[in-house]
Amino acid sequence: MTEAPATLTLPRPPRSQWRDVWDQFKTHKGAIVGLTVFALILGAVLIGPLIWTIDPTTVNLRARNQGFSAAHPLGTDQLGRDLLARVMAGGKVSIAVGMTAMSLSILLGTTIGVLAGYFRRLEGPLMRLTDLFLALPLLPLLLLMVTLFREPLSRSFGPEGGIFLLIVCAIGATSWMQTARIVRGEVLAIKEREFVLAARSIGTPARRMVTRHVLPNVLSPIMVSATLGIAAAIITESALSFLGLGFPPDFPTWGRLLYDAIDQMQLYPWRVIIPGIAISLTVLSVNYIGDGLRDALDPRIRGR
Amino acid sequence: MADTALPQAVTPQATAPEAARKPLIEVRGLRMYFPITAGVLRRRVGDVKAVDDVSFDILQGETLGLVGESGCGKSTCGRAILRLYEPTAGSVRLDGEDVLAASPDRLRKLRPAMQMVFQDPQASLNPRMTVAAIIGEPLEEHTRLTRGEKLARIYELMDQVGLNRDFANRYPHEFSGGQRQRIGIARALALNPRFIVCDEPIAALDVSIQAQVVNLLEELQDRLGLTYLFISHDLSMVRHIADRVAVMYLGRIIELAPREALYGAPLHPYTQALLSAVPEPDPALEAHRRRIILTGDVPSPANPPPGCNFCTRCPKVMPVCRTVEPDLRELEPGRFVACHLYNQTAGITAAAGGSPGTDAASIQQGE
Repeated sequence: MTEAPATLTLPRPPRSQWRDVWDQFKTHKGAIVGLTVFALILGAVLIGPLIWTIDPTTVNLRARNQGFSAAHPLGTDQLGRDLLARVMAGGKVSIAVGMTAMSLSILLGTTIGVLAGYFRRLEGPLMRLTDLFLALPLLPLLLLMVTLFREPLSRSFGPEGGIFLLIVCAIGATSWMQTARIVRGEVLAIKEREFVLAARSIGTPARRMVTRHVLPNVLSPIMVSATLGIAAAIITESALSFLGLGFPPDFPTWGRLLYDAIDQMQLYPWRVIIPGIAISLTVLSVNYIGDGLRDALDPRIRGR
Repeated sequence: MADTALPQAVTPQATAPEAARKPLIEVRGLRMYFPITAGVLRRRVGDVKAVDDVSFDILQGETLGLVGESGCGKSTCGRAILRLYEPTAGSVRLDGEDVLAASPDRLRKLRPAMQMVFQDPQASLNPRMTVAAIIGEPLEEHTRLTRGEKLARIYELMDQVGLNRDFANRYPHEFSGGQRQRIGIARALALNPRFIVCDEPIAALDVSIQAQVVNLLEELQDRLGLTYLFISHDLSMVRHIADRVAVMYLGRIIELAPREALYGAPLHPYTQALLSAVPEPDPALEAHRRRIILTGDVPSPANPPPGCNFCTRCPKVMPVCRTVEPDLRELEPGRFVACHLYNQTAGITAAAGGSPGTDAASIQQGE
């Protein structure tokens, strides 16, 4: 009885895996909340400045240190600059830096981890390189990078573009090592699984072995590293700005807003709280999205 | 010494009675050693001789059963034949072409003709791929079918192994062990192979499912003219499916014979002991069954005893066994055994012409 309709009607064609992933993603409440919050933050940061058109760098000394008002919904800072405009402008830079630096670091870490784990001959050199990077003192290295490359980069990409590139590369190049080590370990374990042997018996070449069998199975740790990486990148950028190694002082980023406000934290606590909340919300929402994505990408969890 | 002489000695005799059927697979002197390294410098201090000088033929369309206890090198042998490991020495010819000497490109072209069904159906299927993607992977790699043609072939394969077409979108974890093994078989069949290594395909399955899978394999063999190397430690299942049976002990083949001859009158003391361990379903017979109980453990394959590998446990051990390695000799047409018990009488047997090897054995045992 149950067989009859199945043979009569054509069976469903194989669905795209991404449909399944999205269906599962939707059932993860935290992920949906995270996605909504992140979309709101992105919307505020990208579309906000078009509506709230006050220039974030205009100094108005007569309106210094104001509280919340209609003219300045989030108040002003010690130079009378509108905080709402600064938070929106800073968010654009911080999120852009966080995302790009994270992508770079994940790309580097995953590539090196997979190569080191899958190809035995590359393991030694690549893992020693990773150890070398782990052993480098980061701050002097960053200092050196900035002094060496700031000028030429600023000349060819403009002051902001040059610094953006520099910071993203600096953060990306100094934060891929953990990912590489985790991915290598996972790849070493996956490589010995029987389905990889089965693919070898089919004659799957190494590059497709990696993309088809190894990478999808190490996605979970990569996902976790990526979501943590965004937070780390935003915070590193703040630290760099604070040290004067990052963007110019009048150029708002969330990290810089935070550090600018620390001096007068006791008098005007909201100036610390607001960018702090913005950073936390972004990091938290990205973490939840990553969590949901990781679950949705695992067919064993999917459908529960 | 005798190792090199063996292949030439074996080949013509093995094929002579089966002149009509050509051997599809010819394995000669196959050795698979895994290095043992030690110390800080990872120096090579020895080898695990997982497969040590193994030679046999598999005829077109036949099933060769490969049995032996756990760790004797059965699976390694199967994998080395498919060149999933790089064997240390030897040659494997698939229809005359040497698989072990093939260049990587050529090997990739040869892959479709020889496939494998794995022991653990759970582990051999990628948990992140759908059934359609798993069965379709060989097609993806070796054919240029369009999406529609590929799907049609996948459905055809699923029908062949008895999987519902609706399962195409599901993932391996959603299936039972037997169904998973069917997926593995469908994948192995995708490219119309001629030779399939079944590496203990039923060992991880429920007893109630084992018969189903074995019957499926037999049915596919009849329909598609497949040749199997059926690796198992289940002697009764091998008796059911195999045409000829090879018995392995510690990396060597010690006896190779047609099924009925081997099960009826095993020649090698190890085979005798192995077969005496098979339970007898009839309780009346079971009560009188005599078991040959071997004492001691299997020696380490890293340090096999000199002479015959089985000399440490053999109930009929002779002084010569501890010093001289017996080679696999053909006692009767198609019956090979590596044991000194028969070596001494080999000349007599040959002279007597039709005199069966079992007589020779009983003379020896009577001493």
